[in-house]
Amino acid sequence: MTPARLSLAQPVPDEATPYHTEPATVRLRGQHLRLGYGDRVICPQLDVRIPDGSFTVIVGPNGCGKSTLLRSLCRLITPQAGQVYLDGKQIRDYPARTVAQQLGLLPQSATAPDGISVLDLVSRGRYPHQSLLRQWSPQDEIAVQTAMQATGVADLAGRAVDELSGGQRQRVWVAMALAQETPLLLLDEPTTYLDIAHQIELLELFRHLNRHNGRTLIAVLHDLNHACRYATHLIAMREGRIVAEGAPGKVVTADMVQQVFGLPCLVMADPVSHTPMVIPRGKVHMA
Amino acid sequence: MSPSDYLYLGRPTGPIYLRVRAKGLWVGMLLALAALMLAGLALGAGALELSHAQVWQALLGEGPARLGAVVREWRLPRVVMALVVGGALGMSGAIFQSLIRNPLGSPDVIGFNTGAYTGALVTIILLQGSYFEIATGALVGGLAAALLVYLLAYRRGIQGFRLIIVGIAISAMLAAFNTWLMISASLESAMTAALWGAGSLNGITWDKALPSALFSLVAMVLTLLLGRRMALLEMGDDSASALGVPAERTRLQLMSLGVVLTAAATAAAGPISFIALAAPQIAQRLSRSHGTALLCAFWVGALLLLLADYCAQHLFAPRQLPVGIVTVSIGGLYLVWLLFRQSRLASS
Ligand SMILES: Nc1ncnc2c1ncn2[C@@H]1O[C@H](COP(=O)(O)OP(=O)(O)OP(=O)(O)O)[C@@H](O)[C@H]1O
Ligand SMILES: [Mg+2]
Repeated sequence: MTPARLSLAQPVPDEATPYHTEPATVRLRGQHLRLGYGDRVICPQLDVRIPDGSFTVIVGPNGCGKSTLLRSLCRLITPQAGQVYLDGKQIRDYPARTVAQQLGLLPQSATAPDGISVLDLVSRGRYPHQSLLRQWSPQDEIAVQTAMQATGVADLAGRAVDELSGGQRQRVWVAMALAQETPLLLLDEPTTYLDIAHQIELLELFRHLNRHNGRTLIAVLHDLNHACRYATHLIAMREGRIVAEGAPGKVVTADMVQQVFGLPCLVMADPVSHTPMVIPRGKVHMA
Repeated sequence: MSPSDYLYLGRPTGPIYLRVRAKGLWVGMLLALAALMLAGLALGAGALELSHAQVWQALLGEGPARLGAVVREWRLPRVVMALVVGGALGMSGAIFQSLIRNPLGSPDVIGFNTGAYTGALVTIILLQGSYFEIATGALVGGLAAALLVYLLAYRRGIQGFRLIIVGIAISAMLAAFNTWLMISASLESAMTAALWGAGSLNGITWDKALPSALFSLVAMVLTLLLGRRMALLEMGDDSASALGVPAERTRLQLMSLGVVLTAAATAAAGPISFIALAAPQIAQRLSRSHGTALLCAFWVGALLLLLADYCAQHLFAPRQLPVGIVTVSIGGLYLVWLLFRQSRLASS
């Protein structure tokens, strides 16, 4: 159950699919998933493995099924076929609360109840760790304070969430997800609404959580350069399928970006982080 | 608001440790106190004026037997039922407003009251039923309407807006049917029906009150136990599920409890409007805190109905009004005010 460090040692025997990095342990994976809503199939056939201890980033065009995949991984939607496994057991067989202690989610869109204060909202992240008679504990207090400090919203504690700016609000939601203190954390576009400084600050925070607290992170990001810089594992999706997967340094090429986004571009080394950097050419020049 | 605004109950390492917004708790306690004081007043008032000391004696079973009978057998059931019915309506309003995320949410949205009226009308007009038969008829009608609305609105889960639309449609159809029943009824039946339809606590006795009160109390306890989940559901299904709240199941449980609370209230007193609509809003405005919402809505509802019933009995004494007429009148004013405020908010 402990999140093991990423190891490149032995391949996992039961899967035939080739991966660029084959981790020793995979707590969370989806097998032969068919995902959709009602009659509409979004992802016809999908196998996905989240390497333990990785900072996995999912990229892809709007509407390609990133959120859908994320939601199926934390069983917000039931796959039409296939299964999601957590620690080798089908995730739907766990009690809701047990899953919530292992898997946190920052949804792409969430609504704050009218007039709720920042402190109250962040405190709600502790719900899976509480019970009817023990609705609060010193650990809860620490987790909430730590999460608010880390996301820079401690000063906003007494403010009403609906009176905050979009970026402040986003950081409050991130704080709530962090306060949940789950070993696995799913983040759907955590950096939207944030200015460039806060984007980087938040991504650095995620990297820190990933490296030093051993948390496995799965994030959807739209900025490819951020993805390349911070991801240890990149998943590129297009039309409900995984097109490329692996370390960003290996998979991000001009061809890949062209294939996934239909965008002609140049890929060169980021002078700061030495990870790939994607520079769009723009379609005008290619006509 | 700061951490010091919280009250901590229990010990951090003990088996019980709770954290509540201090303001919500204080407001709840003040409301409870006000309701109990008003209850004391109501027990003393009437054709036979009693002093506080006399009321107290009568409650303890001391003093003259005649006074004891008046207080314990006539006035007490009425006051207790005003508190229970009002509280039940307040709580069920809080449930529906939370689920639908709309200040206009109430058990009416899912057609309960119109259905209950249909049930009562059928029992009164077609079957010439007694008090308990009318109550049963109302229950069956209300539950059937609520179930119908729920099933018609269900599509891969329940969504607030669809519920409202389907609820309005079914209510309109039932209302038309109710009118037709009234027109085709004999004058005497129509009078009985109209009286029931106004909602009233006149002539309530312990025998009539007890079943409904018991149902209400059980449903209230269950609702309070689900209170935290209800608050989490307000953040949307995704957030709630991610925190370990099974969204659809919790919603169904809450909705059922809301219907049971309304049903118990309607069975005892007929359809009483406005309380379910206004109590949660007033409670929210007074306490401004989440987590004590249900409790405050209970006490506001209880206080409102007791007050309305007090007015209904004594405003035009010796003539008694059905309490439903008082709540409808206040409710109309409240609605106008709510719409006025919202339109002003929208235009500012
Ligand atoms: N609740 C829903 N019901 C029906 N269809 C949906 C629902 N949610 C999403 N879809 C459809 O599923 C497809 C994939 O949506 P999804 O939200 O997974 O995209 P995404 O990759 O996250 O896009 P974005 O980058 O815009 O967030 C879209 O075509 C969308 O219209
Ligand atoms: Mg999305």
